[in-house]
Amino acid sequence: MIAFDLLVAICLLYVALLFGVAFLADRRAAAGRGGWLRSPLIYTLSLSVYCTAWTFYGAVGYAARSGLEFVTIYLGPTLIFIGWWWTLRKLVRIGRTQRITSIADLISSRYGKSNALGVIVTLIAVVGVTPYIALQLQSVTLSFAVFAPSGAGPWALTDLNSTALTVAGGLALFTILFGTRNLDANERHHGVVIAIAVEAVVKLIALLAVGVFVVWGLAGGVSAMIERIEASPLAGMPIQPGRWIGLTFLAAAAILTLPRMFQVLVVENENERHLATASWAFPAYLCLMSLFVVPIAVVGLAEMPAGANPDLFVLTLPLAHGHDGLAALAFLGGFSSATSMVIVASIALSTMVSNHIVMPLFLSLTRTSAPMSGDVRMLVLRARRFSIGGVLLLGYLYYRMSGGSEALAAIGLISFAGIAQVLPALVGGIMWRGATRLGALAGLTLGFGLWAYTLLLPSFGGGAVMGPALLAEGPWGISWLRPQGLFGLDGLDPLVHALVVSMAANVLGFVTVSLMTFPDPIERIQAAQFVNVFDHSSAGPGWRQGGAEAEDLLLMAQRIMGADEAQALFRRSAADQGKQGFLPDITPDFLQRLERALAGSVGAATAHAMVGQIVGRSAVSVEDLMRVADETAQMMEYSSQLEAKSEELARTARQLREANEKLTELSVQKDAFLSQISHELRTPMTSIRAFSEILMGADGMRPEDMGRYSRIIHEESLRLTRLLDDLLDLSVLENGQVSLNLQEVTLADLIDRAVAATGSLQGGLTIRRDAAAERVRLMTDGDRLSQVFINLISNAHKYCDAEGPELTIRVRAARGAVAVDFVDNGSGIPERSQAIIFEKFSRLTDPRKAGGAGLGLAICREIMGRLGGSIVYLPGQGGAAFRVSLPQVRAEAA
Amino acid sequence: MGRATLFLAREGYRRRRLADMARLLPLLGLALFLVPVLDAEDGLTAAMLIYLFAVWGGLIALSALVARLLCRSGAMDDAVRAPEDAP
Repeated sequence: MIAFDLLVAICLLYVALLFGVAFLADRRAAAGRGGWLRSPLIYTLSLSVYCTAWTFYGAVGYAARSGLEFVTIYLGPTLIFIGWWWTLRKLVRIGRTQRITSIADLISSRYGKSNALGVIVTLIAVVGVTPYIALQLQSVTLSFAVFAPSGAGPWALTDLNSTALTVAGGLALFTILFGTRNLDANERHHGVVIAIAVEAVVKLIALLAVGVFVVWGLAGGVSAMIERIEASPLAGMPIQPGRWIGLTFLAAAAILTLPRMFQVLVVENENERHLATASWAFPAYLCLMSLFVVPIAVVGLAEMPAGANPDLFVLTLPLAHGHDGLAALAFLGGFSSATSMVIVASIALSTMVSNHIVMPLFLSLTRTSAPMSGDVRMLVLRARRFSIGGVLLLGYLYYRMSGGSEALAAIGLISFAGIAQVLPALVGGIMWRGATRLGALAGLTLGFGLWAYTLLLPSFGGGAVMGPALLAEGPWGISWLRPQGLFGLDGLDPLVHALVVSMAANVLGFVTVSLMTFPDPIERIQAAQFVNVFDHSSAGPGWRQGGAEAEDLLLMAQRIMGADEAQALFRRSAADQGKQGFLPDITPDFLQRLERALAGSVGAATAHAMVGQIVGRSAVSVEDLMRVADETAQMMEYSSQLEAKSEELARTARQLREANEKLTELSVQKDAFLSQISHELRTPMTSIRAFSEILMGADGMRPEDMGRYSRIIHEESLRLTRLLDDLLDLSVLENGQVSLNLQEVTLADLIDRAVAATGSLQGGLTIRRDAAAERVRLMTDGDRLSQVFINLISNAHKYCDAEGPELTIRVRAARGAVAVDFVDNGSGIPERSQAIIFEKFSRLTDPRKAGGAGLGLAICREIMGRLGGSIVYLPGQGGAAFRVSLPQVRAEAA
Repeated sequence: MGRATLFLAREGYRRRRLADMARLLPLLGLALFLVPVLDAEDGLTAAMLIYLFAVWGGLIALSALVARLLCRSGAMDDAVRAPEDAP
């Protein structure tokens, strides 16, 4: 038997070693030389705080009592870790981007930085974890007792309680020294993490060593071991499906929600890539930790005396066989398991307590006084130190109260079930944008309340809190309200019963209330940022331009982050804005950045409240939120509007260009026409003047000469009159003053009349007609229509430049309209001129050759417009071609 | 920034299927870990123990493979490092 004093000495040495390691790691990290401190291996090992003394000692005891069931406690976390792509990755990313400091901070931050939720989760954590800490104290105490000499001495452990108190005190000291050394802006503790990694190695080696000793030293090899398992009382111990499934779920939930797991998994995480390694390495660690549990239990049951506590087989088996060294190693392993859990758990809890309970209280107390004075950092640190002491004290009190109940596993499971109540709010929060603050509040309260009623309070045993009558018959004798048989669910195992009832109520409350309530703006922003954390969504506008002075903010930030860090942050922000000095402009972006930096120290809710205290108004309104949401849509709409506008502009420009070309051409035409019309007017005027002067001045002129001269004057004035008539005709038509003389006519008659009227001009123009097609009766003004035809036929006379000029007149009647085409075989009208031939004064060829004033087609167009038809140029007919279209109103084939 | 493209190049496609694998692995694990429940009456046997640890080891190996492939494929390239490392 190893001397107890020696054991204490080893223990103290080990603790000194841990202190040294933690101290060195902190120093190296502070000096920025901690590369290996941030390796995936260290991260994975630090996760082993999951394996507490409950695992180290309790698993064997659990196996000895219930067979294979113990393994579910490790299967759940294994599933979560190999499924890291689902939840853990997101959790770690959110933790990184939002600077989450604890599980309470995560919930509070997600649900609109609500401090009420922070407080509730903190309380759940404290209530849930306290029994767990008590469990660690108990296991360390029990393991000390194993070594304690039965006789008296300076270290005689007549009072186990004092041992527990000593251990609690020592742990508090270590945690305060390394856990609250400084107020790290990122809430990371390199020293603690390294110490825990060392402890992880120690406990793994210790358990494996005991396992190897049992299998190869005591049982005699693997096959012999298998035979012993088959022969042991454990063989054939039935599995309860309900408990198997329930416990796997519980353990999976616990790995996500236990404050200490959240601390090492998310808060202490250095790099997301470490998670990829941990995804298989941590399950491997768990697998190794449980590999020898059944063999140790089997051999222990067989070899140890009947009354021996199976929870301590790991220690007592080597001791019984005189392997003191191995026993000491096993003791250190158990000690490591207990201490690492207590250290991390108390750090995590103290962070929650100080950020969500002490700081808000402080803020509300100092709201009226100037918030600029004094150093809040000391207050936060002091709050954490007291919280650590308080948490450990609570654990010790629980240990005293529960009277050191025998089965370690039961306490651990109660604790798991309590803290698992955070799961719906957590998973809902990171997966579902519709989860609201009130929903989370409802779920947490319901679940936690039912957990306390169905599991925690009954666990103290009949008489402690609940009377035996209440346990057996329910409150006021209402049997379906019995704590362990709600709604008559008697058949279930108490743990499974509590789990099912509390989780069902929790999820139901969470989802129902979430669906029925409407989140406020900050909640909605946070929800979007949490759920869509991988979309690199830019942070929403947390703040509006406030009336705050940068100096006030700097003063406040210095009090929380420390002068150097705060100044560095402000200077960086100022530099980013292109400013010199320490005072950046108070932009919403800057406020967001500052708030997040503060959140790394005091939690999101407190940071938000502190910034709000100075900036003066609490963040965003619904309108701001809508604005952000609409921004993308607006951008898209704006750009499509721009596109439409530019298209419209291009179209208008094209039309303008066309109009301009037309105008330019017309203006040229008009100039030409003016010179032409003046010439046209001047030629007859000159002859009229000349001949009238002759008539006036010459007496005794021969009568025949006089007659000839007067005839010339008469013809020239007729020519002038015709020209003026045309102009008048056009202007009358354009002004709509013309009156139509509608009558029933036959198209053939009209064309006959037109051909006859132009007959005097016919110099070799052949006109081809189709008499049958022309037998169309129309209701129209025949005189006007034949005027159009005359114009077109005379145009063909004038302009057709073919050797043997021909004019084809085609008539087609279809669908209530008549089309008369006049197509000659000349060279046609060039495309660029087609647009202007119907304009007034437009003439394409030499005016003298044409002998007209260029009004003919313009008059035709006006006439056709009056008649309800149209005249257009038909391109592509092999010569000049015009189509005259008419509605066949009240007309029929003759 | 346009919409995400509908079809990916071979590399991106592979990466997505790897992520699918990472997501499906826990479901496979769950199914395998629930097998003992089917045999609840027989309870603990050495064979059951060996089965459990074999499945466990297999899942760990698969998970290690997937994690390694995922890291190599660049799926973790957007990993956010600790804030103090950021510029």
